[in-house]
Amino acid sequence: MKKNRFFSRKPFQNFWVFLIAIALVTYACSSTEQMMDVEYSSPNVTSLSNVESPSPDPRVGLEAGLFDAEEALWNLNKLSSTPPPKDFLGVTNSDLAFKGNYAIQGNYNGVIVWDISDPSNPVLVKDYLCPASQSDVSVYGNLMFVSGEGYSGRLDCGTEGVQTAVSEKRLRGIRIFDITNIEEPEYVANVQTCRGSHTHSVLKDPSDDENVYVYVSGSAPVRPEEELPGCKSVSPDEDPNSALFRIEVIKVPLSNPESAAIVSSPRIFEDLEEPPSHGLAPAEKEALAEAKANGAFTFEFNGSERVMSNGLTQRLLNVLIEERGGTAGEPTAADSAALRERSTELVNQMFGGGEDSGRKGPNQCHDITLYPEIGLAGGACEGYGLLLDISDPANPTRIDAVADSNFSYWHSATFSNDGKKVLFTDEWGGGGQPKCRESDPMEWGANAIFTIENGKMEFQEYYKMPAPQTSQENCVAHNGSLIPVPGREIMVQSWYQGGISVFDWTDPNNPVEIAFQDYGPVAADRMASGGSWSVYWYNGAIVSSEIARGLDIFELQANPYITQNEIDAANTVKLDYLNAQGQPKFVWPKTFALSKAYVDQLERNKELDNTTVEMARQSLANAEAANPKVRKKILTELADKMDGMASGNEKVKMLTESVRGLASNQ
Amino acid sequence: MPTAKKILLISTLVFSTLILSVCSSSKNASSPNSETVSQQKAEQPSKAELEEIYWARIDSSKMNFTEADVKFMTGMIGHHAQALIMSRLAPENNASSQVQTLAARIINAQKDEIATMQTWLRDRGQSVPEVHIDGLKLMIHGTGMDHSNHMNMAGMLSQEQLVELSNAKGKKFDELYLKYMIQHHQGAVTMVQTLINTDGAAQDEQAFRLSTDINVDQITEIERMKRMLSEIQSESQ
Repeated sequence: MKKNRFFSRKPFQNFWVFLIAIALVTYACSSTEQMMDVEYSSPNVTSLSNVESPSPDPRVGLEAGLFDAEEALWNLNKLSSTPPPKDFLGVTNSDLAFKGNYAIQGNYNGVIVWDISDPSNPVLVKDYLCPASQSDVSVYGNLMFVSGEGYSGRLDCGTEGVQTAVSEKRLRGIRIFDITNIEEPEYVANVQTCRGSHTHSVLKDPSDDENVYVYVSGSAPVRPEEELPGCKSVSPDEDPNSALFRIEVIKVPLSNPESAAIVSSPRIFEDLEEPPSHGLAPAEKEALAEAKANGAFTFEFNGSERVMSNGLTQRLLNVLIEERGGTAGEPTAADSAALRERSTELVNQMFGGGEDSGRKGPNQCHDITLYPEIGLAGGACEGYGLLLDISDPANPTRIDAVADSNFSYWHSATFSNDGKKVLFTDEWGGGGQPKCRESDPMEWGANAIFTIENGKMEFQEYYKMPAPQTSQENCVAHNGSLIPVPGREIMVQSWYQGGISVFDWTDPNNPVEIAFQDYGPVAADRMASGGSWSVYWYNGAIVSSEIARGLDIFELQANPYITQNEIDAANTVKLDYLNAQGQPKFVWPKTFALSKAYVDQLERNKELDNTTVEMARQSLANAEAANPKVRKKILTELADKMDGMASGNEKVKMLTESVRGLASNQ
Repeated sequence: MPTAKKILLISTLVFSTLILSVCSSSKNASSPNSETVSQQKAEQPSKAELEEIYWARIDSSKMNFTEADVKFMTGMIGHHAQALIMSRLAPENNASSQVQTLAARIINAQKDEIATMQTWLRDRGQSVPEVHIDGLKLMIHGTGMDHSNHMNMAGMLSQEQLVELSNAKGKKFDELYLKYMIQHHQGAVTMVQTLINTDGAAQDEQAFRLSTDINVDQITEIERMKRMLSEIQSESQ
């Protein structure tokens, strides 16, 4: 909508405009030309409480296909869709990192480097074959880090796997590459860890320019000690060096990455929700004594003596009989004696008393999102979401922990830019299962939003991608990042074959979807793994790593819930690199786009009346068209005027500040 | 069932043939990329060709398994099935809402995993166990395994324990369900441990993912159940 309302206004009401105009004429104009209001556009804005999503939802009933699946898009433009290089086809594409104009895509077969200078035409720069799952990737400076967790990853990057349970050829941990020449990554070091690296997060301590730290999370079982000395899979109560119940921190000297090594293994779960332990009640003790007197078998379980049921006694006797090759059901006196002797051991064997038995609290984390500028990290650790203090990078400490009965498996975290909110995801089913069917509850496999006050997390609301998916589509909450729209929390997130969902969670109690993309299933008749593993905003592009289909790039399309001004303002944020698990703090340069974005938001949220909104837009348009001196004056006047209107409204203050900043830049 | 060695041989052959036939740069992991890029540009395979390669790769990846993987999948189907029997008792036995939620999620999760494991076996030409549940009775058809094989798996409840559980109501049910499900889950964790301690096992991407997902999900759930159990027990003190 174009407007030029100068002549329609009553001069008295627009007194200030005249003042500016007169001032400008006398102050700046050398010619006789009269200063006129320039034309400006008013975007269409709609409150988020009245979002009109397409109905019926076009994501329902999409045709299946690999490279020719039907696709639904809403408020997103697709710029490109590029299939994986041949060696990587049919092998899972995983996480993404960015450096300069490059997108680095992990794949279970290695790493793929794309030049995305032109997002509508990504160019393959390097396909580096070096199998490891999940090949979670990060960058810092000239280094690239890659996670290896699976049993088939090899130190020599071979594709043949590792065929023995214990092998010196196996790599489970972090691979380090020098990418000074990104076209030829140079494999410079490995750091082997006990559980391998499912994911990792790179921490750049603002006060340390010589090292970076890599927090390693591993979710697979601990490797045998014969393969990596010191790896112990027992309770830390039995062995303080146990690889369980800890994370690993690797210190990487930037000038000498070859000497990267584990510097600490913080036990950030220590004493977490240790339930009250209690001995046996007197009645229980009595019953136990009586049973023993009558010849019952007993065993130790969770620290107390228990009577063995008849059924269990029979089964354990049969195990002993089987050991000596006898006939089941015919125990001898020797078998009974052996059972008395070895009851606890046999029970533990049968009931899996190995790893973690008796010990409470999570065993490890799935992912840790580091936000160094605010000194905090969000740890998604099995049944818990943790808030960590990372001001001492090698020694993170736990500040708070939350659990949620609807959350199955805490997967990852994203902070709001101001650090006052955090969103955790629940990767219920591990990502390989179809958890977005009509029958799956909206609280399961969803995001949970928390506010953070004085180091305490408070639950607010869940968000789950709302379109029901088929049982041929693996779908659950997965990786995403903030889109730096100033003044709002907007996130773009992967839901595997549930596609990509863009939602606003500025109001933590009312997350609202405002854009999406979705393909039909990879295969119509069966579950074939696919969908978006990760999608991140990077310098204006929304880049998605599609498990089966390759690299997809999108951009936001202006709509009543995000205006072009808001998109332009987001795109003024320029990152040199991005690891989504090392969250950057967004700082917006003072631009016209920023001020206009705030004005649009003030109108959308009805925080300013229409007259003021139009006045602000007119002033900004006039200022943008004017020469620097006049511009400064118009902007200063606008800022002064807005100052008087702020009266405690945060957004008006932000607008004023951005306008004043813009003025002082002239 | 083919022997482990045979499968490995086939898989290695198929995989390497595939690599040779479709890959332009797999000779050396760090071969100069200029060649790769120019070749890629020159070739520009069609979507149809790419799709063909894709499904061929998926098919060949299905050959990379061993007997241990098959045994794991086959056994875990029966193991999961017993968790369904236990969990289906929760609503009728008047479990607390907390335990009902947990039981519903276990049913949802393990039913899906059973389907995944059945597909995994079917894709690899192995016999597929079909699960039939009749009240407390579990029948597994379609494999050579007999009933006692299933009952001897780590963490499995005896029929006696199942009957005991089915007779418990309300708070008693909650307590017993949690105790038995912890035992049952610990058994699954043991089965994963046994799998990965076996030479050549879990090299297959799907088998690795599925087994480690089961491992971590159930460890997480064990911890949650222990917490729930100690809450119940401290309340009744």
